[in-house]
Amino acid sequence: MAERTPLWAVLVLPSLLVAVALATAGLDAVFSAAARSGRPGSLRAAAVRAAGPAREVLRQLVQQPRRTRASDLPLARIGAALLPVAAVLAAVVLPLGFRSVSDLPEGIVWFNAMEALAWAAVWLAGWGANSTLSLIGGYRFLAQGLAYELPHMLAITTAALGAESLRVGEVVDAQAGLWFAVWMPAAFGIYLLSAMAMAFWGPFDQPVGHDVAGGAASELSGADRVLFLGGRWLLLVVAAGFSVPLFLGGGHGPLLPGWVWTVLKTAAVLAFLVWARRRVPTLRMERYLELAWVVLTPLAVVQALVVAAVVLNR
Amino acid sequence: MEVTVFWLLAVLAVVGGVMVFRFDSMARATFSLLASLLCVGGLVVLLGLDYLGIVIVLMMTIEMAIMAVFMVMYMMNPAGLMPMTMMHNKKGAAVVCGLVFVLLAAGILLAPWPARRGKAPADPTMELGMSLMGPQMLTMMTLGMALFATIVATVVLATRRGRYDRLGDDLRARRPEDPVRGGVGR
Amino acid sequence: MTLELLLLVAAALFCVGLFGALTQQSIVMLMMGLELMLGGVILGAAAAWHYIAPAAADGQVLIVVAVTAMALEMAIGFAVVTALFRSREVDMTDMAAELKE
Repeated sequence: MAERTPLWAVLVLPSLLVAVALATAGLDAVFSAAARSGRPGSLRAAAVRAAGPAREVLRQLVQQPRRTRASDLPLARIGAALLPVAAVLAAVVLPLGFRSVSDLPEGIVWFNAMEALAWAAVWLAGWGANSTLSLIGGYRFLAQGLAYELPHMLAITTAALGAESLRVGEVVDAQAGLWFAVWMPAAFGIYLLSAMAMAFWGPFDQPVGHDVAGGAASELSGADRVLFLGGRWLLLVVAAGFSVPLFLGGGHGPLLPGWVWTVLKTAAVLAFLVWARRRVPTLRMERYLELAWVVLTPLAVVQALVVAAVVLNR
Repeated sequence: MEVTVFWLLAVLAVVGGVMVFRFDSMARATFSLLASLLCVGGLVVLLGLDYLGIVIVLMMTIEMAIMAVFMVMYMMNPAGLMPMTMMHNKKGAAVVCGLVFVLLAAGILLAPWPARRGKAPADPTMELGMSLMGPQMLTMMTLGMALFATIVATVVLATRRGRYDRLGDDLRARRPEDPVRGGVGR
Repeated sequence: MTLELLLLVAAALFCVGLFGALTQQSIVMLMMGLELMLGGVILGAAAAWHYIAPAAADGQVLIVVAVTAMALEMAIGFAVVTALFRSREVDMTDMAAELKE
């Protein structure tokens, strides 16, 4: 059972998420720079490269913002701001060790509802700029959402089914012995795929792809751009972090205290996602849609069936 | 605290609902409807039905995001760059709606509402699940059949290419002829 | 917060939606009116559950039915608009009414 947390956790949570997101972005920047111009010569050179995203944030904040003609500015602003807000709200049920800001009785549904807000956010940001390329990016994310959401919902339901509870704390408790990733490998794999798709990351980065000059984010500038792209990193961190209580045993582990295990596992999942982006080519959405509905959804249903049979016979 | 949240959500819900029909831009109209329905979800949570409230938030977000696509697709002036009106019979409708509201309000204020009977269960979600899988099983089965019928009906209505277009007149083609190929390699 | 107040909000939502459903010419806008009406129904059912019979699950089941009705209405509505538009390039109720002549 998760313990109650004091009120200051509400303030700590976003700053913690931002710190993890900056670290992940730094890691990604080091990889990118190494791919572009060879290995860093020294540790100092690597640190300079890792600070790249932070420099970029500052540059965007002091830069003169651009505007497009006849743009729907309020909508674009709402869209850009909604993305980080959705990520932080989803993280409310995310336990660090065995404590979360609020262990809602329907935590898993809450997480799903909050990450669905990204659908609205990306489309709004794409629409608001009154630019073709950004609108294409917005539409691509909706197509992607239709593709990933169905197997994704079934996968997180499977974890809830295994624990017989929608409360994230109880899902963690149910994994004191065996991690769900071990006996629900299909659901875990599907969750990792949809975690990438949800943050339009890796093979699913078409909504902000290079072929449409940055897609939904192409016309955003200044604070809006920082919020939108930062929100995307936050979403990636939260999606990766949520796989830990759902499938990787949360804070359970030998010797070390719970929160260290959570941090270690989250870091491992994030590192895997950053690595996977460099190994897998970008997927076109109509292709992933067929894969998701014809292969992954039946797979997730069968996985849920197996878990249900195990739970009923326990 | 609870009263403040209630008033905030209630006012936002009604204002959002009114703005749906006042905005010129289809994107704004759709997302004003979304705001209104999210407030309804919030009010449902406030009444103690956490699960249903969150499900409403989840469903409405996805539904309105898809609705925005259709709005933009089928409207002559989706961005609302020029003011326009797409109403007919405004006056008659206003009178009808005013009358309906007065009737409902009179009913609400005058009806002798029964006192609260019983206490809310500790876990309303569990109660709902038990009810749907027990005494209300028939409702659940009807809903399931209705959803299934909807899937079939929407595909029949909306698709232009049937299986004969894809697999040939005798349905014997080894590889379906699709404009774009899917991800399973067919 | 009382039962009457919540029901009044629900009635207001219902009537705004009714106004939209009666006045809008575009089928998609008309559906938005229907959505608002169903939103009012949901709120009314939740209020009735909370203030009249919280021990029975019937109020909750009613909400589930209303939410499903919303989803069905949207899906069928979009399919009908798409079919109409495909065959006649029409997306307004008035023009669709002329089709029967």
